[in-house]
Amino acid sequence: MFSVKNLVKKYPTGQMALKGCSVDIDKAQIVSIFGPSGAGKSTFIRCINRLVEPTSGEVYLDDVEITSLKGRELHKARRQMGMIFQEYNLIERLTVMENVLSGRLGYVSFLQAMFRRFPKESIDEAFYLLERVGLAGYHNQRADALSGGQRQRVGIIRALIQHPKILLVDEPTSGLDPKTAMIIMQLIKDLAKEKDIPAIVNIHDVALGQRYADRIIGLTEGKIVFDGPPAEVSEETLTMIYGEEDWSKTIRKVEDEEE
Amino acid sequence: MSTSSLSTVWKRDHFIKNPWIRWTIIIAGTAYIIFALNDIHFDMQRMREGWPRAVDFFHRMVPPDFSRWPMIQKGVLESLQMAVIATTVSIILAIPLSLGAARNISIKWVYLLSRAFVVIARSFPPIIVAIIFVKAFGFGPFPGILTLAFTALGFMGKLLGEAIENIDPGQVEAVRATGANWFKVQLYGVAPQVMPRYVGLSIYLLDINLRASTIIGIVGAGGIGGALFNAFHRYEYDTAFAILLVIIVIVLGMEFISSKVRGRLQ
Ligand SMILES: Nc1ncnc2c1ncn2[C@@H]1O[C@H](COP(=O)(O)OP(=O)(O)O)[C@@H](O)[C@H]1O
Ligand SMILES: [Mg+2]
Repeated sequence: MFSVKNLVKKYPTGQMALKGCSVDIDKAQIVSIFGPSGAGKSTFIRCINRLVEPTSGEVYLDDVEITSLKGRELHKARRQMGMIFQEYNLIERLTVMENVLSGRLGYVSFLQAMFRRFPKESIDEAFYLLERVGLAGYHNQRADALSGGQRQRVGIIRALIQHPKILLVDEPTSGLDPKTAMIIMQLIKDLAKEKDIPAIVNIHDVALGQRYADRIIGLTEGKIVFDGPPAEVSEETLTMIYGEEDWSKTIRKVEDEEE
Repeated sequence: MSTSSLSTVWKRDHFIKNPWIRWTIIIAGTAYIIFALNDIHFDMQRMREGWPRAVDFFHRMVPPDFSRWPMIQKGVLESLQMAVIATTVSIILAIPLSLGAARNISIKWVYLLSRAFVVIARSFPPIIVAIIFVKAFGFGPFPGILTLAFTALGFMGKLLGEAIENIDPGQVEAVRATGANWFKVQLYGVAPQVMPRYVGLSIYLLDINLRASTIIGIVGAGGIGGALFNAFHRYEYDTAFAILLVIIVIVLGMEFISSKVRGRLQ
């Protein structure tokens, strides 16, 4: 389904952000990537859809090797990967509807895009998804008039309306309050299950990541140091990923909430 | 800690911290202004002699003489046409130029080429450009339009290019991530971010071109400027004054329109 082989990224500055990472995802699961700031989480996700050019390694999405694609082929591959951003990255001056429909840009012509002539199915789907995430009636609002949580919902729909085969999610909740963060994570999880696609979610909040993930990957200094189910994440694991710290509280907090 | 760090007296740092350099610059600057004033023979004698002549000149300008109205009208319309055509052409060409002149969008050699054009276009005042184009293409509005469009492109290439360089890269990235090609990325990732600036600059450009179009006629590049020049030449100061009044009305009108439009762009 999805496979990353020996991904390496060396930035022009000389920084080795990824030192050979391999990940296989063979079912629709939520994969949380844990790791301290600067571990290479964003770089990993961006190398997959080539917003950042990997130095070496391979990425397969349904047998298509992505790192070697060029031009039109690359655009086609990108529209099969929905990305959700930390800073939402909505087009601030456009309306909610235009932002949602921008997820279809890989499918429509330049003139259709310019004159906002999107196919009826896309518009219907946009209305459906807006209602699904609780934004019914917001379609003509400008994106810059929305709150953080509302923006991220729009960001989620923009990714989903691409009909992606995988979701790439980079710290979706770090600008949000704890309550909204949980709602957003739940929404991503529910929608990914609904569409039956995997999601790779970078997250720095250990408790939140553990709670919503089916699988945890620990990334430290560009290397994968852990890969397993959330239940297997122990204090030792966290120490290995993040370094020495009192993790007992963090872990227990998750268990408390589960009861 | 010493007591001085608890002192309540606070003084802002001088812009130039070193007192020696600071005072050298102040003294040298003052000396230069005094020297320069002497050098251009700014003297009271000449002021006294010139003043009555200026008064006489103004007397001969009033009342303005609109009897040459058809000629004035023709010139005004020509200026207007020149300004509108030049503005239209340059705001269209400004789009590829400013994308080329924006470091974050462009590729190296296109960037250097676009920047070189902008620097050249901006380093000549319109009147000089007009002289060159009149020499090359002959009298009339055509070299005038070329002049206006050329200088306008320099202006737009620089300011719009800088606006594009300052956009939020996150929005561009998000559009790229959808699988949009380069053109669609410009359309959704870049254009919405610089649109208010683009419209504002375009209106401002029409304003600038209208002013310039009344002047470049002096060197034969069409428009009302030629009529103004001729009127002065024939000592028809009252006609010249009429033309000046018309120019002022046009420029003020444009000012009004442009401030209205820019006000509506939030
Ligand atoms: N564009 C870049 N140029 C150079 N170095 C970068 C760039 N982006 C990230 N890095 C470096 O690569 C490393 C990994 O960064 P990043 O992937 O953003 O980590 P994370 O998302 O886990 O915080 C960091 O050391 C960072 O400084
Ligand atoms: Mg990051």
